[in-house]
Amino acid sequence: MPEPALTVEGLEVRYGPVTVLRGVSFEVRRGEVVGLVGPNGAGKTTTLLAIMGDVPPSAGDVRLAGRSLRGRGPDAIVRAGVGLVPEGRHVFADLTVAENLRLGLVGRRETDGVADDLEWVHGLFPVVHEFRARKAGELSGGQQQQLAIARALVARPEVLLLDEPSLGLAPTLVDTVFDALQEIRSRGVTILLVEQRAHRAAAFADRTHVLFNGELKLTLTPAQADDTERLRAAYFGS
Amino acid sequence: MNVLQWVVDGIALGAVYALVAVGLALVFGVMRLINFAHGELITAGAYTLALTAAWPRAASVTACVLVAVALALATERVAFRRLRGATVSTALVTTFAVSFALQAVWLMAFGPEGRTADVLTTLNRAAVRGDVDLRWVTIVELVVGGALVAGVALLLNRTSIGLQMRAAAADPRAARLLGVRANRVIAFAFLLAGFLAAVVAILLTVQTPLVTPTFGLQITILALVGVVVGGIDRLPSATAGGFAVGFATAVLGNALPADERVFLPSFTFLLVIVVLLVRPAGLFAPLRASAVDRV
Repeated sequence: MPEPALTVEGLEVRYGPVTVLRGVSFEVRRGEVVGLVGPNGAGKTTTLLAIMGDVPPSAGDVRLAGRSLRGRGPDAIVRAGVGLVPEGRHVFADLTVAENLRLGLVGRRETDGVADDLEWVHGLFPVVHEFRARKAGELSGGQQQQLAIARALVARPEVLLLDEPSLGLAPTLVDTVFDALQEIRSRGVTILLVEQRAHRAAAFADRTHVLFNGELKLTLTPAQADDTERLRAAYFGS
Repeated sequence: MNVLQWVVDGIALGAVYALVAVGLALVFGVMRLINFAHGELITAGAYTLALTAAWPRAASVTACVLVAVALALATERVAFRRLRGATVSTALVTTFAVSFALQAVWLMAFGPEGRTADVLTTLNRAAVRGDVDLRWVTIVELVVGGALVAGVALLLNRTSIGLQMRAAAADPRAARLLGVRANRVIAFAFLLAGFLAAVVAILLTVQTPLVTPTFGLQITILALVGVVVGGIDRLPSATAGGFAVGFATAVLGNALPADERVFLPSFTFLLVIVVLLVRPAGLFAPLRASAVDRV
């Protein structure tokens, strides 16, 4: 069995008096895809932001390949090898597509292999190369999503966190994004995928956790992806 | 009345104000901080020129740059770094506090009567005489101002640190989540602001060698007004705003009778009020920008 790439242990996050995560624990092994689904407000995005060091946990720990990330800021965590494709893409609208992609290189540890990785992401997302001189704000939502994923990939992360990459996309574009994720997975990148499309995520991931009200309620295998009853029960907290 | 003379003087002073505006806008861009204490960097640079007036010129100028840059980095590290995440009003009040504290330091250390910084006063000599009188300092202001504004623009557009500054200015959180080091980018913005303040100090002391504790204050206030009038959230519009106020100040200074020049700031502010009434979103801001976004 591969060793753990990312370990989340007893993670607890509070926003003022409100507890958003209550002792969340899970593991993503090297090369695995793990899904994280759940209703709105369950704490999915908070989990990713706590892993990235953007939200300070009140308890618990996050470890990358066994080493604690506690106390590190987002920039240090990116350099340690964790990449995030944030919800809503957060591309820099006034910068060109090429500049957005170059920003991804800021968090990269190795200086060699940049040209190869750029070539790979250009092959994966041809629009990123085709529209490189355009302002990112001029791209469609689907194109911006592809740019956001490409930007995270050029940092060559060991673990890639994706926050709702299919949100707001037309069905054909959702397929494009999942095809790209399959390609990224085949390169051996470890993935933690937060998704609203629970069935799709469960079918794609090696394992999918259902988060409800800040707690993990259920874990599904791909074979259980169509078990709507169990999923529905977990979504309603029972 | 020599309109061409007014225009030349206006462009030269506008270039100096533009340098102050760039310094203010760089720091605002990466920190959302209106650094009222920017003027103290200019004053510190000017006092350094005064205190080192007996040194060789190059050493004096180098010391001026080093002191202004060191003070810029020190204020960031000691006072402003703790303000990240603070409200705009808290941050603004802190910059006032830093500014007044430093003015008190200048007053205690160097007294109220001022020191003379006559390091480069030879630049006051005429380069061209005729319909338009052109002093060397005017040429230097034009060349240095233009070159530095272009240099900053190139740095922002062509280098990795410049790209990171633009990203941090647009969305600091998203930039940090990509690995952009906030401390480094902000410190670099302060470093550039300190350097530009030193250049302004050098240019200003050529024409006004008497350095008093409020030496850098008035140009900073006026440039700040220009930056807000132009549009503080974009470097080109902020620079243009600073330039416009400098230009207007010089032209009004020439146009007003000698005994009314004491009212020059009043006329400048009157012009600013008129501009903001006509274009509340800023003179050079894109049409979509709102006044609330900028201030």
